[in-house]
Amino acid sequence: MIDWQLIADNRELLVEGMLYSLKLTGTAMLGGIVIGCLLALARLSSFKPLSLFAAFYVNLFRSVPLVLVIFWFYFLIPYFGFQIGPDKSVFITFTLFEAAYYSEIIRAGIQSISRGQVSAAYALGLTYPQTMRYILLPQAFRNMLPVLLTQTVVLFQDTSLVTIIGIKDFMGSNVVVASNNSAMTEMYTFAALAYFCVCFPVSLMLKRLHKRIAVIR
Amino acid sequence: MIDINNVSKWYGQFQVLTDCSTRINKGEVVVVCGPSGSGKSTLIKCVNGLEPFQSGTILVDGTSVGAPKTNLPKLRSRVGMVFQHFELFPHLSITENLCLAQMKVLGRNHEEAHNKGLQLLDRVGLKAHAEKFPGQLSGGQQQRVAIARALAMDPIAMLFDEPTSALDPEMINEVLDVMTQLAAEGMTMMCVTHEMGFARRVAHRVIFMDHGQIVEDAAKDEFFGSPRSERAQQFLSKILQH
Repeated sequence: MIDWQLIADNRELLVEGMLYSLKLTGTAMLGGIVIGCLLALARLSSFKPLSLFAAFYVNLFRSVPLVLVIFWFYFLIPYFGFQIGPDKSVFITFTLFEAAYYSEIIRAGIQSISRGQVSAAYALGLTYPQTMRYILLPQAFRNMLPVLLTQTVVLFQDTSLVTIIGIKDFMGSNVVVASNNSAMTEMYTFAALAYFCVCFPVSLMLKRLHKRIAVIR
Repeated sequence: MIDINNVSKWYGQFQVLTDCSTRINKGEVVVVCGPSGSGKSTLIKCVNGLEPFQSGTILVDGTSVGAPKTNLPKLRSRVGMVFQHFELFPHLSITENLCLAQMKVLGRNHEEAHNKGLQLLDRVGLKAHAEKFPGQLSGGQQQRVAIARALAMDPIAMLFDEPTSALDPEMINEVLDVMTQLAAEGMTMMCVTHEMGFARRVAHRVIFMDHGQIVEDAAKDEFFGSPRSERAQQFLSKILQH
């Protein structure tokens, strides 16, 4: 089923592909969480235009297939006169797209903290930013950490979609090796196994983390 | 110290406070009581601006709470508040709970804040628990920490919002003892509570509220001796049987 010799011959390409996928995942996670956090705060704001904008953003990205967003940025941004190339394009796409999903998780996390905690922080004289930074977000992030990381596992799998615009991420480098050597079955079986070997142990770890956090609370 | 003048508040169409006026002088202990839903918690939360109100004024040490240009965080840092459900910060140790606002709001350095915190923790009898987390303490202990946390800010007045309502009966006294001691030291206090024994022993004045109105505002002896309003008489006859 798997041609190990072929894989060994192309190991550089495959390792580079995996590093690309991980880098894209990591960047989109960090950027997505930061932007998602701002979106969540905006959405919970009592200032209407801000919360409407955040709601619009989130609903838009959550209602459009990821493939379409990848195409949209790749083909349409140059049309408006920005030459950013496929690499930058997907890093931006994934960050913006994931921000919508992260923001919903973060919003739920913030709403899981009781109003009383915010009142207590205000009553001590803390300002809104201080209350968020020292009281609300640390508690909210602790509660939502397992869900955020689960979303990141999904994100890692979704990064394989960049293959369709010719990027050599892990999936993309498998496609290259497969078509150059007419080894579709072998390479795609290998790719599936590799994705499984990364994602499944992480999922197991997250399950244990979830239990531990539940105990702390 | 605290001047409440004709304060009214609505939730949409529903009026929760109607023309509430009273005054709490420096060093005075005032108990606010009344049936649930009478607006007493809402009124006390208006005093430090946790709840907005639509008409009337509240002055705390001369500063208008409702005025748009008032620096609310600054005003709140001078008024301590204790909540029904303690609201200690569960992700921070007891010491960190005591130090956070001292350092971030008052700009005290860590050593100063730490010493102040430990001193107050000692005063509420919990110095041994300084390094624990809120979840490891009983309700009564948590509420005493919450009082210490408020006192660490050197408040000019203290607001208590049903501080013993969420406690098991055997823990109520340890919290009331701390409050009694505080009153004896001359702290200005406004307490929403159903503890009529505490009111009798400690309060100077009792305010009785019903349907969002201050129905009775009288010196303690007068209130317990001969309440004027029928509603307060009914309330007392029910609550004092215990």
